[in-house]
Amino acid sequence: MTHGVAHYGLPGYLRCMMGIVWREALRFFQQRGRFIAALVRPLVWLFIFAAGFRSVLGGSVVEPYESAVPYEVYIAPGLVAMIQLFNGMQSSLSMVYDREMGTMRTLLVSPFPRWFLLSCKLLAGTVVSIAQVYVFLAIAWFWAITPPLGGYVAVLPALVLSGLMLGSLGLLLSSVIRQLENFAGIMNFVIFPMFFMSSALYPLSRMADANPLLYHLCSLNPFTHAVELIRHALYVQFNLPAALITVGCTLLFVTMAVVAYNPSKGLIARRGGPRG
Amino acid sequence: MKSTPLTALDVSHVSHAYGPRKALDDVSLTVGTAAFCGLLGLNGAGKTTLFSLITRLFDNTSGQVRVMGHDVRRAPKLALQNLGVVFQSRTLDPDLTVMQNMTYHAALHGIARRDAHERAIAELARAGLKDRLNDTVRTLSGGQTRRVEIARALLHHPKLLLLDEPTVGLDVGARRDILSHVRTLVDDGGLSVLWATHLMEEIENEDAVVVLHQGKVIENGSASEIVARQNADSLKDAFNTLTGLAKDKAA
Repeated sequence: MTHGVAHYGLPGYLRCMMGIVWREALRFFQQRGRFIAALVRPLVWLFIFAAGFRSVLGGSVVEPYESAVPYEVYIAPGLVAMIQLFNGMQSSLSMVYDREMGTMRTLLVSPFPRWFLLSCKLLAGTVVSIAQVYVFLAIAWFWAITPPLGGYVAVLPALVLSGLMLGSLGLLLSSVIRQLENFAGIMNFVIFPMFFMSSALYPLSRMADANPLLYHLCSLNPFTHAVELIRHALYVQFNLPAALITVGCTLLFVTMAVVAYNPSKGLIARRGGPRG
Repeated sequence: MKSTPLTALDVSHVSHAYGPRKALDDVSLTVGTAAFCGLLGLNGAGKTTLFSLITRLFDNTSGQVRVMGHDVRRAPKLALQNLGVVFQSRTLDPDLTVMQNMTYHAALHGIARRDAHERAIAELARAGLKDRLNDTVRTLSGGQTRRVEIARALLHHPKLLLLDEPTVGLDVGARRDILSHVRTLVDDGGLSVLWATHLMEEIENEDAVVVLHQGKVIENGSASEIVARQNADSLKDAFNTLTGLAKDKAA
């Protein structure tokens, strides 16, 4: 099915996907401030917070580490997931912003199916987040966060999965929130609880000792499983339950987001959609 | 392709409501091929909702929208391929260059990069902006930005172009340029255009005109016909009479 040189068959799908990913990357690297902020955030945690809490693990051994590890080694995978969490929420922020600016509309008038366009947008965000993660891991290497070399390869599929999960959560939120200023709400009600109620900063066994109810909440948190998936992959191990839960949550969030953006059933139709 | 339909856009009996608020009430209109049609309405008349339905941002709950004979709901892919849109708000990425914006849009239509470059150069030349290819959009004037948006909307060679108040916020000169540019596209390129506006001076006597008011089509015909029917001196007077503005003023 061609239309002049416009192509709506398989090569067209590929070009469309490449175009969306390329634009996202271009935008990210052109906003240098955003790139630096995305790096500084986890580095502050690693250099300062982790130094202060160095002895917090108290010599206990947690999976997948073979011996007691320094705190900064423990929280590095959690910070990797944090980069992706912020990135997912930020791309949802950019969706709200885009939608207000009308760029979302130019995306959605593309003849390709909407689920495909939203998936491409999701993939684009994930690619950008993975680039950030590798830059972070490269800097962390000099800070004695030295997982096995194979871990850098093994973590890639885990990052794709967790990136998609957190991105799809952001996508879902972007269809629900209308106002730009509501991002502060996202910080308070999504980012902070998800991050602190997870195994990013402390092993869940510690949480179990402190408060059993919180422990259960933490183990229900999808973010915990993304962190554990990354942690194990970085040490060339595969955490099946974490992988299954991450895949399941991704599918759930994507489906809900596609429904929310569906032209007839979605929220946009009921609320009038973007202005302008 | 099947025989070319006589109407580029066929909106028939379309209604839409946001909750209890009815934004469009049984709206029907057509835009002929290679014709310029003005959609006149005050702010809040339902123009933007109508555009959202034609572009399938959301679906019409009742009635039918056809673009070049393709039902937007049943065959969105074919309908949207034939459709170019210039939205009321600015939708170019201000941090990217003109060419980057163009290639992004081309990708959304599955156009390969090399073809995209050729087409972008051709469309920008037509819009008189060939020398601004590598400038970021931020450095363009309001009128130039609009012309880039029109060039972008034409990249995939649509048959129907929708423009939602494209001259809002522009000075008189830029407004005139854009209008005459679009009219040339209709006269020379055989493009069909639906031009939403509340500025009567943008409409010429022989243009087809649809007047939308409070979600309803209250008048439909050529501008001169409407003026004659309303026994008015100008389209502006006719419009004021139709929408009750004249009454308000007299009272």
